[in-house]
Amino acid sequence: MYLGRVVGCVVATMKDRNLLGQRLLIVQPLSPQLEPTGKRQVCADCTGAGAGELVYWCKGKEASFPFLPAEVPTDSTIVGIVDSVDL
Amino acid sequence: MILARVVGSVVATRKDPRLEGKKLLILKPIGPDGKDEAGYVVSVDTVSAGFRETVIAVSGSSARMAEGCKDTPVDCTIVGIVDTVNLDT
Repeated sequence: MYLGRVVGCVVATMKDRNLLGQRLLIVQPLSPQLEPTGKRQVCADCTGAGAGELVYWCKGKEASFPFLPAEVPTDSTIVGIVDSVDL
Repeated sequence: MILARVVGSVVATRKDPRLEGKKLLILKPIGPDGKDEAGYVVSVDTVSAGFRETVIAVSGSSARMAEGCKDTPVDCTIVGIVDTVNLDT
């Protein structure tokens, strides 16, 4: 899982049936020092994260597991909202 | 998931039988600001995307979870056509 910050959202009317009702947010991956690192991603969201919030997200097949038994075709999903990071 | 722009299509006659009838499009990954990113990817289209449209593509094994792609040999699928991208400034 990776740290990230919500920096925007995507609106798509025409989409896969199993994506209906899912929020699609743009996430900027962050280093543990909370510096931007890497390319911005489009993520599904199962936590209700809002704009500017610090989150953690996961990649790959596992990204669709929070929505089971629905088979949501996503390869990156926000799975938690970060309260604090201690280093 | 990545944002990408449709820049072309692929025609293949000899292919896996499970890919028959599936539209293959060439995508150029773009950033949320619309700028091109490196590389190209060939993707199966499940939402009837058109040339120059901005789309959302899902890659890896999740690509098989798109509608009609169960048990097909694909690793990148277009799952949405983007209307707008909102970026916080």
